[in-house]
Amino acid sequence: MAFTTEHENGTADGSTKIKLKDVYKIFGEHTEDALGLLRAGKSKADIHRKTGCSIGVNGATFDIKAGEIFVIMGLSGSGKSTLLRLLNRLIEPTAGSIEIDGQDITKMSRKALIELRRRDISMVFQSFALLPNRNVLNNAAFGLEVAGVGELERKEKAMAALKAVGLEGYSESRPDELSGGMKQRVGLARALASEPSILLMDEAFSALDPLIRTEMQDELVRLQAEHSRTIVFVSHDLDEAMRIGDRICIMQNGNVVQVGTPDEIVGNPANDYIRSFFRNVDVSQVFKAGDVARKNQITIIERQGVSAAAALEQMKSRDREFAIIVGRDMKYHGMVSQASLMEKIRSKAEDPYRKAFLADATPIAANEQLSGVLGQVAASAWPVPVVDEEHRYVGAISKSALLETLDRAN
Amino acid sequence: MSFDIGDGIDSAVNYILDNFSPALDLVAASIGFVTDGLQNGLLAIPMPVGIAVFALLALWRVSFGFAVFAGLSLALVGQMGLWAAMMETLSLVIASTAIAMIVGLPLGVAMARRDSVAAIIRPALDLMQTMPAFVYLIPAAMFFGLGAVPGTIATVIFSMPPVVRLTNLGIRQVDVEFVEAGNAFGCTPTQLLLKVQLPNAMPSIMAGINQTIMLSLSMVVIASMIGAGGLGNTVLTGIQRLDVGTGFEGGLAVVILAVILDRLTQSLGSKGARLRLPFLKFGLRQPEAKAA
Repeated sequence: MAFTTEHENGTADGSTKIKLKDVYKIFGEHTEDALGLLRAGKSKADIHRKTGCSIGVNGATFDIKAGEIFVIMGLSGSGKSTLLRLLNRLIEPTAGSIEIDGQDITKMSRKALIELRRRDISMVFQSFALLPNRNVLNNAAFGLEVAGVGELERKEKAMAALKAVGLEGYSESRPDELSGGMKQRVGLARALASEPSILLMDEAFSALDPLIRTEMQDELVRLQAEHSRTIVFVSHDLDEAMRIGDRICIMQNGNVVQVGTPDEIVGNPANDYIRSFFRNVDVSQVFKAGDVARKNQITIIERQGVSAAAALEQMKSRDREFAIIVGRDMKYHGMVSQASLMEKIRSKAEDPYRKAFLADATPIAANEQLSGVLGQVAASAWPVPVVDEEHRYVGAISKSALLETLDRAN
Repeated sequence: MSFDIGDGIDSAVNYILDNFSPALDLVAASIGFVTDGLQNGLLAIPMPVGIAVFALLALWRVSFGFAVFAGLSLALVGQMGLWAAMMETLSLVIASTAIAMIVGLPLGVAMARRDSVAAIIRPALDLMQTMPAFVYLIPAAMFFGLGAVPGTIATVIFSMPPVVRLTNLGIRQVDVEFVEAGNAFGCTPTQLLLKVQLPNAMPSIMAGINQTIMLSLSMVVIASMIGAGGLGNTVLTGIQRLDVGTGFEGGLAVVILAVILDRLTQSLGSKGARLRLPFLKFGLRQPEAKAA
């Protein structure tokens, strides 16, 4: 599995699960007026002065794919939690459409909405929201109880959900006897018990201390690997978003400013606001070797068509110390230096390329985490070649390119 | 043009008397049935048994020390010859508190659900609480004559506001995340009320019921002026005869009943865990055993 990327490894099958189109949420009394002004391009300050309304979500349009972990990220007050609550209409959208499996939930009747919440969407809360008057089992069974599932069946399902999060031994405990991490496991079990296809998680791990938080993130990824659900996860923590997110949506002042994979967002942030998140992020955890590899640093020579002497000439004329030798199909064969190639030509060796290959120029896989190859690049006397899963040459990482990448974060 | 509010109230009361007397009779009969039944029931309990019941309740809900206090102080009431009067008062308190809860809890729930309802009911509650308690005695006596029934009704009016207010407050103060969780998992409004809001508003509601009991206890003394009977009569006799001793005895018995009822009902709201202690221990022991 070394050569599959994380996204192919994930369970997203690519079909659209949730489709948001021009979704607005305006808080206040005269939302119609405010919406008109907003669409006319007035600033939020203006709108607040004229109508007293504040903008929660300003025209969100994006798709969430089935089976992916979709992280909504932003600072507090950016509208991320509001946006999440629009997805199960805990907050009523002011305008726009939200389609779940092709059905517009903004037009749903109260009754259909309750049905949807019981069957398809469940939620995990920041401060757990476990009901203190119920024990762990009855908390986990809450959704099923409300949905009218019989006592025996719901206890069985709740027990299975508790088992999935490793709390089967605590079913009779009261919430206040549990630690924060355990409480949130119960919160997760409660959300999983009704086997929903969509899980909404509102800063679900923010109240936990860092070690437990990491543990819970791993747990979530593990649960997701076992049984794929569409997870919409709100977070203000970029490390968390990078760690668990298949895709990330970044919000700023109610606007969706960028939606993309972690690599896309770190590699190509849409604005300074997003860039400012990365100051504390370890980019070597985000980037893969392939993201940093450049093709323009080293001459590429096709083995079949070019003689060794011509290759040496090319390197000399371009003032390149090293050359990558590839086959017609761009398959990586080896790396030579001017010196090694010159020596083999002088000694009239057979197949000078093969003899001239630098012995310790081992290529690294493009999907390897940058953090894992830092040492190799730093210790190497020449740029380290990078190949993809079919052993095609992708580029090389030089020390200077590496430093530049690591520095970009700061 | 001038008008007289007092005249207006008078004619309104007369209008009700003229046109609704069958309904009033029905109300009086049903309340009378409850209060009489309670009174006869409580009076049928022999004093030593009654004292023992209170002491055991105190032991179960509060503490050993309080059980001793309850037993001794009730024995003192019996020694003063006021046991029967205290039981009469207790029956009035129980009846009026029960009615106040039956009417007050739904009102409180309605207030919590709709701001518009709250806006209408709140000034009415203010009026009920600030109006001098004696004023209720007049229409109560006019509508229902003299005795325990008008006493109970006047007491209900005077003592109901706390349970309404604190039910409203309790429901409104339930953690927003609990309500969100209830809604997110597909509760209907009724399910939300019964499974999420009321259980979590319980401490506040119990505090309201406690306040209602305390207020009704203070009102039943006043209600004795229209023949409600009980310990109020003893106090009233003391006042009428300028007999400090009798008045003090009646007052002391009221205080003793008040302290006992107060501690017992408070324990229902805040010390719920006392009752569940054995189950709690059991629940804790289980995972420990599995971990070992």
